[in-house]
Amino acid sequence: MTGRFFAAGADRRIAITIAILLAVAIVVPILNIAVPPASAFHVPAYIVALVGKYLCYALLALALDLVWGYCGILSLGHGAFFALGGYAMGMYLMRQIGERGVYGNPLLPDFMVFLNWKELPWFWHGFDHFWFAALMVMLVPGLLAFIFGWFAFRSRVTGVYLSIITQAMTYALLLAFFRNDMGFGGNNGLTDFKDILGFNVQANTTRSALFAASAIALALGVFITWRIIGSKYGKLLMAVRDAESRTRFLGWRAENVKLFAFTVSAVMAGVAGALYVPQVGIINPGEFDPANSIEVVVWTAVGGRGTLVGPIIGALLVNGGKSWFTGAFPEFWLFALGGLFVAVTLFLPKGIVGMWDQWQNSRRERRAAATPEQGIPPIVEVAMPVKQKPAAKSSPTPLDGGEPQPAE
Amino acid sequence: MSKSNTILYLDGVSVSFDGFRAINNLSLVLDKGEMRAIIGPNGAGKTTMMDIVTGKTRPDSGEVFFDGEIDLTRHDEAEIAMMGIGRKFQKPTVFESHSIEDNLVLSLKGPRSIFPALFHRRSFEETRRIDEILATTRLEAKRHDLAANLSHGQKQWLEIGMLLAQDPKLLLVDEPVAGMTDAETEETARLLKEIAKTRSVVVVEHDMHFVRELGVKVTCLHEGSVLSEGSLDFVSADERVVEVYLGR
Ligand SMILES: Nc1ncnc2c1ncn2[C@@H]1O[C@H](COP(=O)(O)OP(=O)(O)OP(=O)(O)O)[C@@H](O)[C@H]1O
Ligand SMILES: [Mg+2]
Repeated sequence: MTGRFFAAGADRRIAITIAILLAVAIVVPILNIAVPPASAFHVPAYIVALVGKYLCYALLALALDLVWGYCGILSLGHGAFFALGGYAMGMYLMRQIGERGVYGNPLLPDFMVFLNWKELPWFWHGFDHFWFAALMVMLVPGLLAFIFGWFAFRSRVTGVYLSIITQAMTYALLLAFFRNDMGFGGNNGLTDFKDILGFNVQANTTRSALFAASAIALALGVFITWRIIGSKYGKLLMAVRDAESRTRFLGWRAENVKLFAFTVSAVMAGVAGALYVPQVGIINPGEFDPANSIEVVVWTAVGGRGTLVGPIIGALLVNGGKSWFTGAFPEFWLFALGGLFVAVTLFLPKGIVGMWDQWQNSRRERRAAATPEQGIPPIVEVAMPVKQKPAAKSSPTPLDGGEPQPAE
Repeated sequence: MSKSNTILYLDGVSVSFDGFRAINNLSLVLDKGEMRAIIGPNGAGKTTMMDIVTGKTRPDSGEVFFDGEIDLTRHDEAEIAMMGIGRKFQKPTVFESHSIEDNLVLSLKGPRSIFPALFHRRSFEETRRIDEILATTRLEAKRHDLAANLSHGQKQWLEIGMLLAQDPKLLLVDEPVAGMTDAETEETARLLKEIAKTRSVVVVEHDMHFVRELGVKVTCLHEGSVLSEGSLDFVSADERVVEVYLGR
């Protein structure tokens, strides 16, 4: 019974989260644009930009939760999918600059002119069109995740080893994108963006629109993940997390189960990156830094993995804290982050949302046990199923064949 | 020996782990519809034998055939499961964070690919089948409970129920009554005998009362090969068996 109440509670919480995100997507831009700056209700532009960025992080954490929370795949390379989505968007934004670059070259982005390139590399073709870039935002991270996962899951790489190779993946991409001859702007990355879909990226209205888009994308991400988790496939995903070999002997291909979730998750991370880049105005190889991917894990752990809402709360809280902290004591941020992770692991192993659920559950159980019988023996009631076990334990256990009872 | 009319046919199977021969020239034949009890001291290779049949472990040599004609050494776990071999682990393994019902939903026979699972709607027929299995395994009252909250014995039953949901032709059941009370053990023997009416079953068990209860042909394994085979009385009178059990 409690299990069902609990599930209903989680569902309601997720529905509320979606509603809040959609409301925020509408209200915040209005408060920013339509309300005069003098009003107490005015949301200043820098808050819009900051929170918009956090929402992208939240989508990234949500993506990680799908694989880590629900399938036990601790990816330490999700930042790579985020960055690839970001680069795809960045390439579109670069093409929109046209001849307004420093060199005024109508055909090539500035960094290519600087490198003395004569023509656009083949993989830059198509990025003049938004639809093409939007497709690549999803396709490139999705494809990388698919290929990576296909090999990793098929060879049954799990646990720490899998985490390490995801980390190696993002590190390899970091090194690759640093190289000038890769054609992605090298060290400096892509920046100095001008327009997106014909609107000035710096304009207040554009920023508000990007904010709204991020909130809506996050809401959609929550909705899709929620549907996935609720389906039979979602149950299978958790089953693979808890007892992979059991699923295999039931005829399921655990590697395909993981591969699907991993790919969907990478696509979500890519979308998050694509929304992030126009809001911060730059994408460079630093986004592939393995430390970034680890930070995502911290957000998710703080909020509570396997709860969908938790990672969002975690991403918002930790990044809010980071913004404040790096302002107040910039040198200590990394220590604070490390300390936070240790503290959460030790004292809040289920994260904020997980602990909240646990507390709610035990409170409900106590209340349920207290009402019918005058409140005294709730513990006995709960302990009942356990009680018959010691009796069962007396005769059982593989009595290592020590007795030749058959002889009787 | 002819493979026809056998459900399981192992001939000259050997497997070593780091030079240690866990299975040594093992031959074992199970007829269609037969139930067989396998006994043997710890480390005799009983679980390893099941690993070989279910595709978890590849034998170094020897033949392993299912249903007279399917070479099991060429298939992996999932394929073998789909062909109709169900397996209960020695340590009861159920999906603890799911309800009993969901455990069965995931086990029910049906397509095993991702997209059908993503858009799956439970059919009337499936619900009926789940009701049936819950009744057989006496877990009706626990339907919506989390599997984690079951007692040890109930987990064993749930796992057997999951095998039934799979609708296999052959069930491999590793130590089904470990950790059960006497009453539960009896109940389990009844359940397995019921199942054996329509399917072939291999039961590994240490509990001799239970094996006697089953009343079927017994194979005693020792150091990876068959030591003795026959009725329980015959096997337990076999001097070599007595020696293996006593002589340590
Ligand atoms: N994967 C493995 N790697 C190394 N050794 C193994 C492996 N699997 C089994 N063995 C060894 O093979 C031998 C047979 O093991 P197995 O589990 O099949 O015995 P069993 O008859 O099931 O015993 P029990 O009654 O204790 O369950 C044991 O000595 C075990 O240590
Ligand atoms: Mg064993």
